[in-house]
Amino acid sequence: MLRIQCPYCGLRDHEEFSYFGDATKTYPPLDAQFHDQWVEAVYMRDNPKGIHTEFWQHSMACRRWLVVKRHTVTHDILAVMPARERLVS
Amino acid sequence: MSAGMFRTRTGGRIRRDQPVSFGFDGTSLGAYTGDTVASTLLAHGIHLVARSFKYHRPRGILAAGVEEPNALLTVGQGDAREPNIAATTLEAHDGLTTHTQNAWPSVGFDLMAINSLLSPIFVAGFYYKTFMGPTRKAWMFYEYFIRRAAGLGTASQAPDTDRYDWQHGFTDLLVIGSGPAGLSAALGAARAGMEVTLVEQDFELGGSVLCQPVGSAQDRWLEQMLSDIEATGKVRILTRASAFGLYDGNTVGVIERTAPGRADAKAGVPRQRLHIVRAASIVMACGAIERPLVFAGNDRPGVMLSGAVGTYVNRYGVVPGRQAMFATNNDAAYLDAIALAGTGAKVLLADLRKGTGQPLLARARAAGVEVQLATAITHVQGAHRVRGCTLAPFDIDQGRVIGAGVRHTVDLVAMSAGWTPTLHLTSHRGIKPVYRAELGSFIPGGFDKGHFGAGSMMGAQTLADAIQGGWEAAREAAASNGKSLSAICPLAPDDGDTDLGFSSVGPIIVDKPGDKSFVDFQSDVSVDDVTLAHLEGYQSVEHLKRYTTLGMGTDQGKTSNLNGLAVMAARRGLGIQDVGTTTFRPPYTPATIGALAGRSVAAHLQPVRRTAMHDWHLRHGGIMMEAGLWMRPLWFNTSAATLSEAYKAEMDIVREQVGMADVSTLGKIDVQGPDAAEFLNRVYVNGFAKLPVGKARYGFMLREDGIVMDDGTTSRIGETEFFMTTTTAQAGKVMSHLEFLLQVVWPELRVTVASVSDQWAAMSLAGPKTRDVMRAAFPEVDFGTEAIPHMGVLDVTLAGALAGVRIRIIRLTFSGELAYEVYAPTHYGHRVWEHLLEQGKPWKLRPYGLEALGSLRIEKGHVVGSEMDGRTTLDDLGMGKMASKIKPFWGDALRRSEHLVRTDRPTLVGLEATGPDAAPSIGSILFFADDAIQGHGRGHITSTTYSKSVGKSIGLGLLQGGIAHVGQEIIAASPVHGRQYRLRVVDPCFLDADGERYRA
Repeated sequence: MLRIQCPYCGLRDHEEFSYFGDATKTYPPLDAQFHDQWVEAVYMRDNPKGIHTEFWQHSMACRRWLVVKRHTVTHDILAVMPARERLVS
Repeated sequence: MSAGMFRTRTGGRIRRDQPVSFGFDGTSLGAYTGDTVASTLLAHGIHLVARSFKYHRPRGILAAGVEEPNALLTVGQGDAREPNIAATTLEAHDGLTTHTQNAWPSVGFDLMAINSLLSPIFVAGFYYKTFMGPTRKAWMFYEYFIRRAAGLGTASQAPDTDRYDWQHGFTDLLVIGSGPAGLSAALGAARAGMEVTLVEQDFELGGSVLCQPVGSAQDRWLEQMLSDIEATGKVRILTRASAFGLYDGNTVGVIERTAPGRADAKAGVPRQRLHIVRAASIVMACGAIERPLVFAGNDRPGVMLSGAVGTYVNRYGVVPGRQAMFATNNDAAYLDAIALAGTGAKVLLADLRKGTGQPLLARARAAGVEVQLATAITHVQGAHRVRGCTLAPFDIDQGRVIGAGVRHTVDLVAMSAGWTPTLHLTSHRGIKPVYRAELGSFIPGGFDKGHFGAGSMMGAQTLADAIQGGWEAAREAAASNGKSLSAICPLAPDDGDTDLGFSSVGPIIVDKPGDKSFVDFQSDVSVDDVTLAHLEGYQSVEHLKRYTTLGMGTDQGKTSNLNGLAVMAARRGLGIQDVGTTTFRPPYTPATIGALAGRSVAAHLQPVRRTAMHDWHLRHGGIMMEAGLWMRPLWFNTSAATLSEAYKAEMDIVREQVGMADVSTLGKIDVQGPDAAEFLNRVYVNGFAKLPVGKARYGFMLREDGIVMDDGTTSRIGETEFFMTTTTAQAGKVMSHLEFLLQVVWPELRVTVASVSDQWAAMSLAGPKTRDVMRAAFPEVDFGTEAIPHMGVLDVTLAGALAGVRIRIIRLTFSGELAYEVYAPTHYGHRVWEHLLEQGKPWKLRPYGLEALGSLRIEKGHVVGSEMDGRTTLDDLGMGKMASKIKPFWGDALRRSEHLVRTDRPTLVGLEATGPDAAPSIGSILFFADDAIQGHGRGHITSTTYSKSVGKSIGLGLLQGGIAHVGQEIIAASPVHGRQYRLRVVDPCFLDADGERYRA
């Protein structure tokens, strides 16, 4: 029963959101020559014990895609930001 | 009606002025308001109330609370019955009916007690040993009989007619438990200015104080506390409310039972209410549960927990026995013995220890309790009721009996092996308990942030400790909420009782052959079973639990857990702390599935979506089916009497005249912005950048991994405005996908998307006479091929009867006939639909349903979700040539992955029956003619129908090699139906391959 602080709507129950997955990946250009980078972006996933940066969509409300930092052991939500503004390190 | 022979003349918390009665196995028993079913049974001298799970041993009432393992009853009758309800938590009330369970013909004379004689067979691991390996087949035969003989009550198979509600609650502080610690915490927090919610599983507040005599100092303290708490006006109190689970984000699940006998479903009163409580802080004051001593026959009716005896005397005014023996290893039992002696009963007390405090001994002796120190109970006589017990000298340092036993005649044995803190809720959070040797038990190993514990759950030994602990917890909770509270706890009753240190020496097992010594009463696990598990190598607690079923009953081993660990520790020569514990999981007490479901049942399980024409369909013979959340007409009973006839008739209407289908459920997405064309060009596999205004194009979109996501038609309404349609099933997924691409992947694109699925009603008219109908219905529109060619789009503002209504017409086909889709604003959907039907009468325009729609598309070889099943590529569906070679698109890179371009992937083919008995069925596995019929074959059948146009049953399927096999016969096998049949491979388009019909 997590609650996520949506930057647009406020603190909401996780039932309003949809989970998508790893938000640390960037998508390469669409062209076929980037096949290997696409394999990396789509299939290669860490499974961290600790902080995980992941996509959620506030699908039952503002429909915004968000980047959420969540602790996979405690389920604490440490940060939420609009996906549009995500900074990939 | 008598409220029972075994009552004190006065006293107790029962309302002697409010008599009630209820049924027990067909007999009406008198009771008082404030009684439980268990206290009533004891008041009437009824001790034998159950038969055990496996051996059908006679069982009585062990406890007085939620920990009761034996006295489980079935409440209610017939379809409304509810099994396995603890008599100790069930309030006596008028109209209640209860029945004993797991016995035939009765608990007094149970033929299945033969299991008890067979007990050497039914040892730990019985099932594994007897029925695995070569004898596994015997299990198939015996299962029915064994399942019948073992077990508890049986649940009703009928739907639950009761009503349940959910309530979401928010609070500064949730206090769980209303004993001394909980009340102290609630008052403290309220005084610190916090909004407090206090939950108590009992129907009365007070916890352990309720077991103290009415009028005692503790009782007066309770009264004062309750009035002080009420005076704060800041404490919301829920009684009959079990905090059954502690979850992420300080969320607590609480199930509240409405008062017994008052839940009237018809009047809208819920039987139970699920509270989902979000608390900034939580104080757990969950108390402790007494442990049984382990000795031979400790499960016989008339053997009870000592605290339960004290509770029945002080709270309910019930005398569980007139000649009692208390066996204990701690001080608490002395007070219970004193209470029972006060009713005039003859009371003996055997303490395993060599001594205890002089004041306590003096008080006990003054009350008439005969105390024997360094004495153990070794076994009990009597089967259906205790008749006597044997005491023997005991050396606590050696932990064994050191002399001959002496028999005593008794009708009640009360036992106490110390107290086990109720740490289930911290266990729910994955927090390991820690062993405290001085308590002989585990306490919580810590707390999550914002959680605090107090009282005997934390090992508090005295009432003063518990009250002080509650206050301290409130202080910490207040501090974490930015509030403060005085350190001085103003509360402690002035009574000699409270100075008694409840010292104990940890669980002691006095195991004597002659009868079984039970560890887990509900699961029928004895010391012998644990010993056997040890001998056979199942020594870890997790193995012990699974091998013997220790702690796996509905009581979750509340009374058995620690004794089980103690036996294993003794066998292994380890300390209890070295054996470890298992993890308790929610729910703490059994939770009704109905409460967890709340109102989300039957039609309210999920939202129902209805199209604008829904009511019309119902009025005109539409037989509706669920399609995802949508309701859609599958067929119309005006076409024919049965589905199998109707869809063929409806297909004929389309192929020969003109039909109309409700396609409002299609996903519709408005795509606008300067970069809209570029965006769609990246989303779809085919080109959209150069799509002219006023034209529509059919397209596929892929997932990022190169698999087909969806297909649909997108129209260009203006230079920067597009109207996308998706399949009904994928509408939500496509919408999220587009939003992801725009917000995450290409935020630089100036495009917005909006779902307009609910804003547009849609209908598809198809058949050779369609143009005539359209001209008659919309005379202001030019339907010539010049004006609206195949894939042409027109926005029209209507005149005449529907003046001012703006509709959108797209000429496109799904059935292969000349066809137009008409989109109308949802609020005009049914009027446009009726208008078309009225104007179409001269051409016999009729509605057709989903079955005909699907069959018409199979004749044309169009793919739907059955083929786009999340595993197929464009090439698999024969659509590879649609992919643009001049621009890349989403999924383009990975669709070229090695495993997706293998030439042996099954691809789309048409299939024809080779004879009347060879109608293809969906899911059949396809094999080449010379294959052995085994394994996964060469593909499978995805869609089937009867085709009048072809004159036989046809289907679509995915087959290795695909249309290279056209003309060949193959074999289809359906192991589920036990069928094998031959099909001919044909082109997936069965009809009008050149498209002359729809271009007409």
